[in-house]
Amino acid sequence: MINFQAIKVIYHHEMMRAWNTLFQTIASPVLSTSLYFVVFGSAIGSRIEDIGGVSYGAFIVPGLMMLSLLTQSVANASFGIFFPKFSGTVYEIMSAPISSLEILIGFVGAAASKSLIIGIIILITANFFVDIHIMHPFWMATFLILTCISFSLLGFIIGLWATNFEKLQVVPLLVITPLVFLGGTFYSIDMLPPFWQNVSLFNPVLYLVSGFRWSFFEVSDVNVYVSLAMILVFLSVCLGIVWWMFKTGYRLKQ
Amino acid sequence: MQPIISIKNLSKTYDTGHHALKDVNLDIQKGEILALLGPNGAGKTTLISIICGLVAPTGGSVTVDGYDIISDYRETRKRIGLVPQELAIAAFDKVFETVQYSRGLFGKKPDNAYLEQLLSDLSLSDKLTSELRALSGGMKRRVLIAKALSHEPRVLFLDEPTAGVDVELRKDMWKIVNRLREAGVTIILTTHYIEEAEAIADRVGVISGGELLLVDDKNNLMQKLGKKQLLIELKEPAQAIPESLAGYALALSKKGSEIIYTYDITSDGTGITALLQAMAEAGLTMKDLKTSQSSLEDIFVNLVNPQ
Ligand SMILES: Nc1ncnc2c1ncn2[C@@H]1O[C@H](COP(=O)(O)OP(=O)(O)O)[C@@H](O)[C@H]1O
Ligand SMILES: [Mg+2]
Repeated sequence: MINFQAIKVIYHHEMMRAWNTLFQTIASPVLSTSLYFVVFGSAIGSRIEDIGGVSYGAFIVPGLMMLSLLTQSVANASFGIFFPKFSGTVYEIMSAPISSLEILIGFVGAAASKSLIIGIIILITANFFVDIHIMHPFWMATFLILTCISFSLLGFIIGLWATNFEKLQVVPLLVITPLVFLGGTFYSIDMLPPFWQNVSLFNPVLYLVSGFRWSFFEVSDVNVYVSLAMILVFLSVCLGIVWWMFKTGYRLKQ
Repeated sequence: MQPIISIKNLSKTYDTGHHALKDVNLDIQKGEILALLGPNGAGKTTLISIICGLVAPTGGSVTVDGYDIISDYRETRKRIGLVPQELAIAAFDKVFETVQYSRGLFGKKPDNAYLEQLLSDLSLSDKLTSELRALSGGMKRRVLIAKALSHEPRVLFLDEPTAGVDVELRKDMWKIVNRLREAGVTIILTTHYIEEAEAIADRVGVISGGELLLVDDKNNLMQKLGKKQLLIELKEPAQAIPESLAGYALALSKKGSEIIYTYDITSDGTGITALLQAMAEAGLTMKDLKTSQSSLEDIFVNLVNPQ
């Protein structure tokens, strides 16, 4: 028997946090997207030639969305589970008749939903600056949703692992942000020297951005199926780690 | 009658190597109020935490209403409410919402009428939309109780419910406990205040160093381990206890105006009649008589630090 009520209240509680800071929730992606467009899209982009037949302004839209999705998913999910640990209220979740999977669905579901909403807001904002035509909407939605879920899972892992606020922030800052910037968010890896192209292939974010961009413009650094496979691998690895953490009661149960 | 909670050979060794519980066995009956009495670090919170699913036991087993706390955790946990020792709250949540949240976590359908009544019983009616961080410590504790009762549990754990709580709240707490008892809720509370155990418990378990030293009916416990004192007020002060009374455990106090006779209520005869007779023969006339019984505190001190 599944404890639907519990999933519902955890999800609702997490979504309310965003709702209570609605202005911030909406304003910050709108603002940052607009800034990127002004700086990269117009000021710099006007001096960059089209990439694969796509104008630079449009080219960076999928990358920008990924940048926000990744950082927001990780931030939301990690904070969502870290905070109850930090304040001690996690005792209630741990003593409730709720399975690990249900806890996970509640927290990760909410974090992923929030990122998804932010992704859509960015897409709408970007539409004011450049014409966007999505060639493969189904693929685009698949990448969007899988990315939100995978990186929310990663955030959840970080939130469980972190024992203080510093640790909570260090992974997004020192790992996620560099990977995103070096993952072809603002460029095609064709523009890099061959050596760095090969190095880039070790960056998982590259596959996300590439696949996502392909769903917009049919322009990609790697084959779309490779991208899909990579994100599924990443998702499985995260699921495996979470499963292990719950099984051992990692940092939740003594 | 099947006990509502049955603890068998329960032990816990923390990762630090600390042996916090040692082979604890305990049956708790439906509807009773059991006080777990013990000094800080005795293992009270550890015991409760295991039953509630917060700490994994390293040995033994616990059943709640016949269900195992690990393999049937859904069944056991929905019957249990826990008020933790620490004031752990989500500062930005509002009172009514946080109680709705708790009810949902425990798998119960929303029932705002029940929750409103519950909060009103806890004198929180005018705080429904207050943020938790804006409440006083006592109010926060009431909210924690409301959260623990939000899903109508059959068993309530109160971990040090009145530690650092003002007199008014303590009295309210006891009222709440009594009302719950009337509703048939089983209550297990931990405390290191002996008066508390004495005032509200039906049975008392004494725990120290991870061991359950004894569990007994409160009155039995007092009788079994209690010493009584007979206070004899004299008409005229005595200089010393007369030779003829040397066989009794007597002490002289208040400059000779009172004689204190300590006797064990568990021994066959109390020897009071003989003593009074011997006193009359020794020429001591008494003005008044009083008896007093040792409190749980004395009993406890005797148990934890055996002579
Ligand atoms: N998470 C933990 N890790 C290691 N030792 C612990 C932990 N929690 C409690 N202890 C130790 O176990 C003993 C019992 O603690 P506790 O159950 O909290 O006692 P009480 O509630 O009776 O004060 C104490 O010595 C305490 O230091
Ligand atoms: Mg304790």
